[in-house]
Amino acid sequence: MNFKTTIGLEVHVELKTNSKIFSPSPVEFGDEPNANTNVIDWGYPGVLPTTNKGVVKSGIMAALALHAQVEPHPHFDRKNYFYPDNPKAYQISQSDKPLAHDGWIEIEVDGEKKRVGIEEMHIEEDAGKNTHERDFSYVDLNRQGTPLIEIVSKPEISSPDEAYAYLEALRQRIQFTGISDVKMEEGSMRVDVNISIRPEGQKEYGTKTELKNLNSFNYVRKGLAFEEQRQQRVLMSGGQIQQETRRFDETTGQTILMRVKEGSDDYRYFPEPDLPALNISEDWINEIGSEMPEMPGSRRARYVSKLGLTDYDAMVLTQTKEMADFFDQTVALGADPKSAANYLQGDVNAFLNEKHADLQDTDLTPANLAGMINLITDGTISTKMAKKVFKAITQGKEPKAYVEEKGLIQLSDPAQLQPIIDSVLADNQQSVEDFNNGKDRAVGYLVGQIMKQTHGKANPKVVNQLLMASLKK
Amino acid sequence: MASRIDQDQVQHVASLAKLSLSDDQLKYFTTQLDEIIGLFETLNEVDTKGIEPTSSVSDQINVMREDVADNWGQSKALLANAPDAENGYIKVPAIIDESEDE
Repeated sequence: MNFKTTIGLEVHVELKTNSKIFSPSPVEFGDEPNANTNVIDWGYPGVLPTTNKGVVKSGIMAALALHAQVEPHPHFDRKNYFYPDNPKAYQISQSDKPLAHDGWIEIEVDGEKKRVGIEEMHIEEDAGKNTHERDFSYVDLNRQGTPLIEIVSKPEISSPDEAYAYLEALRQRIQFTGISDVKMEEGSMRVDVNISIRPEGQKEYGTKTELKNLNSFNYVRKGLAFEEQRQQRVLMSGGQIQQETRRFDETTGQTILMRVKEGSDDYRYFPEPDLPALNISEDWINEIGSEMPEMPGSRRARYVSKLGLTDYDAMVLTQTKEMADFFDQTVALGADPKSAANYLQGDVNAFLNEKHADLQDTDLTPANLAGMINLITDGTISTKMAKKVFKAITQGKEPKAYVEEKGLIQLSDPAQLQPIIDSVLADNQQSVEDFNNGKDRAVGYLVGQIMKQTHGKANPKVVNQLLMASLKK
Repeated sequence: MASRIDQDQVQHVASLAKLSLSDDQLKYFTTQLDEIIGLFETLNEVDTKGIEPTSSVSDQINVMREDVADNWGQSKALLANAPDAENGYIKVPAIIDESEDE
């Protein structure tokens, strides 16, 4: 029997605004527990939330990045549940009229392009954080009220690989808007997944299971692949899928039953009475649209068609907005695009990996990278010398000044090189004879001698040309 | 009396609110809530033909705060008001794992 798989993804993205969604407390991480909280965050009686305009704006940016329709009259709803990290006993979210709906993103799996629909996206507040010890639990409300966008996919993802591609495309597009760091490992992107299968030809969806503890895109793919197989085995052996929540075990790659769901959750949503209505004008949406950074897909197309990069180069450079911006600026400053792409993927990436740093947190600047590449292009320095210069620019040094200070200028002038070549030839008659007897290896030795004489500063290309000309005389 | 709400529903709402009701209380509140709902049904007498449903009756629209952080410095006072606190955390009875929290 053949089965069709249906996967749904709910992605939470944490916004990096200055203040919380409904209170002016700072959004900061790593501070003392509860340091960034006030009476609103604690849900004290009589306090009133106020909507952070920056969050609504970020939400509209996300909607535009995901081709979604912005709802002109969105409103907030209360989602009621008890939990120690949820001090009001309700979360202010959106249910009835979310901020945007009906979006899509394009994914590519094995060369096949496909659009995956987005059902809706809404803005809401995050909860605090609990830590558990043997006899007590401890609550830190710093995260309480941090703005989130939840993005809900349509049931159009039909394989674990598509789920992976969807998450990657979503992460990239959101990252390029600059509204979030979208890092799974830091919790600024969180993924809930559900999966069901049904026999080919059956119209109704099968019973779905939910998966938890998927802390990377790779685990999402692995967890879904395992679950897909497990459900098939159950159905093939005549069993039934229960509606349940399963936990992905990173060490075994399997999913383990956490709990069986009975009935649906009853959150008793109702319109949030404490927040004024929103009326989102076409003008505001257009204004935000005009300030939107260029999206990765459009940049990739431009890099390939206008700058002559390969698809692979373009893909690597558009992993993050910071990298793509850095590349664009380096090229704008006159650097050869292919060299800039190579340096960013090679030396720069190696440097970032070594330092465990993001590009924007280093002393590297587009001006200095462009300066160095231009020095290579115009023959001032060799690519070998550039290794030293690269190290200097990672420390924020200006390449031209550094090259002058260190005397790294490449010797390319034939008038200066010819006398050196002549003297090396005069001193190494044996090698000249070897060359004349067809021993090409002698050339390498002679080049080595010339480089030695010039302390490595001779331009190897020019040396080769002059040497060959002299030898053939 | 025509029942607008039954005991099962009251029991369900009570458990969502973490309330446990005795049988007598269950009967009592079911009757009482039934009457309250009945009272609200008076609103059905209003002719709402052609009126758009709304989620807000406030005349304020688009009142938003600029995204500027302001720490009111209340954490010490708030922690002092918590039933129990330790090392800056609110200390609560051990949460038995129905948690989806990491």
